[in-house]
Amino acid sequence: MAKQAASSLRNMILSLFIITTISGASLSYIYKITAKGIEQSRQQKKIEAITQVLPPFTNNPLKEMYKMPLFENDSLEVYPARKNDTLIGIAIASKTNSGFAGEIKIMVGFLPSGVIYKTKVIEHHETPGLGDKMEQPEFYKQFEQFNFHEKINTVKKNGGDIDAITAATISSRAYCNALQNAYSIFQKINQQWSADSQTGATK
Amino acid sequence: MTNVSLITKGIIKENPVFVLLLGMCPTLAVTGSGINGFAMGAATMFVLILSNIVISGIKSTIPSKVRIPAYIVVIATFVTIVQLLMEAYTPSLHKQLGLFIPLIVVNCLILGRAEAFASKNNMFHSFLDGLGMGLGFTFGLTILGLVRELLGAGTLFGINITGMQHPKMMLVFILPPGAFIVLAYLVSLNRMVQKNK
Repeated sequence: MAKQAASSLRNMILSLFIITTISGASLSYIYKITAKGIEQSRQQKKIEAITQVLPPFTNNPLKEMYKMPLFENDSLEVYPARKNDTLIGIAIASKTNSGFAGEIKIMVGFLPSGVIYKTKVIEHHETPGLGDKMEQPEFYKQFEQFNFHEKINTVKKNGGDIDAITAATISSRAYCNALQNAYSIFQKINQQWSADSQTGATK
Repeated sequence: MTNVSLITKGIIKENPVFVLLLGMCPTLAVTGSGINGFAMGAATMFVLILSNIVISGIKSTIPSKVRIPAYIVVIATFVTIVQLLMEAYTPSLHKQLGLFIPLIVVNCLILGRAEAFASKNNMFHSFLDGLGMGLGFTFGLTILGLVRELLGAGTLFGINITGMQHPKMMLVFILPPGAFIVLAYLVSLNRMVQKNK
């Protein structure tokens, strides 16, 4: 067995320096070759979610993404979807902190009329077996073709029209909350549209 | 000690999950399903084998006073590599395990083997030790995950074997307390089998 290197200051600094240099260099190399794949899989995840919450479209909503302010210092991402240059809907990546554990992120698809087409959970940390039932059709089907003018977007316990998940009222409420955030963004966009069309008319 | 026994001792006699009780954090946290347990075990095995080989290779050039930081840097490097590869090529798995992958760095199983074995043995034997321990860890985590998945959700590797639409199972086994209960039973079962040999 080779003799152990002595623990002199020079040896210690030198060996740690060499190890960290090699490790840093190899990591930057791996990062370079995986960066593209990571970016792709993230984009893929988003586009999949948008496809699931909106009718078929032909453009790439990721390229037309813009941000709309929700509260101070916070904004949501908006993805307009078009089919042959006609706007068929917008997907809004909404979120809320009022869940049981951590942030709930959902993708909400609005038709231009303001009716929800479909919704989908992107990320959540709710209790397995209870709150995570929000990913099951029994719950999220309620929001398909949901019209904010006809129904009240809160759980029945609070006088709304949404059947909460059994034993997970907080998670259900949070889902409605995230939906409401998305809707307030949609209303802002809608106001812009009508403002635009009015100025267009006076021209 | 023969080469074969170096591998098998990690799987049975010194199984890191059931006998050494090392690396309990990932053991309890990620084994909500069989596939999660398996993936975590495989990721840990990858890091364990590579760090064992490298540490065994550089052991004589590292002054003993700075050996722990040096080992940790080596381990952290491999863990980061695993995380990057996982995120790039298996995004769905990364979504489930992503949070726990960085914790492999402080998994005492890996540092424990580096300190107890790789720093005293040659590269080939360290590789075998890493392989054996890694297989044992993967085996333990997979079994734990399968039991919890079966009792908690009624599925095995995501396949519904109870035949029910929404099997009403014992939810507690998917939740953290279930991990402790199942682990305790598996450890005592293992003890019983080993004693009767």
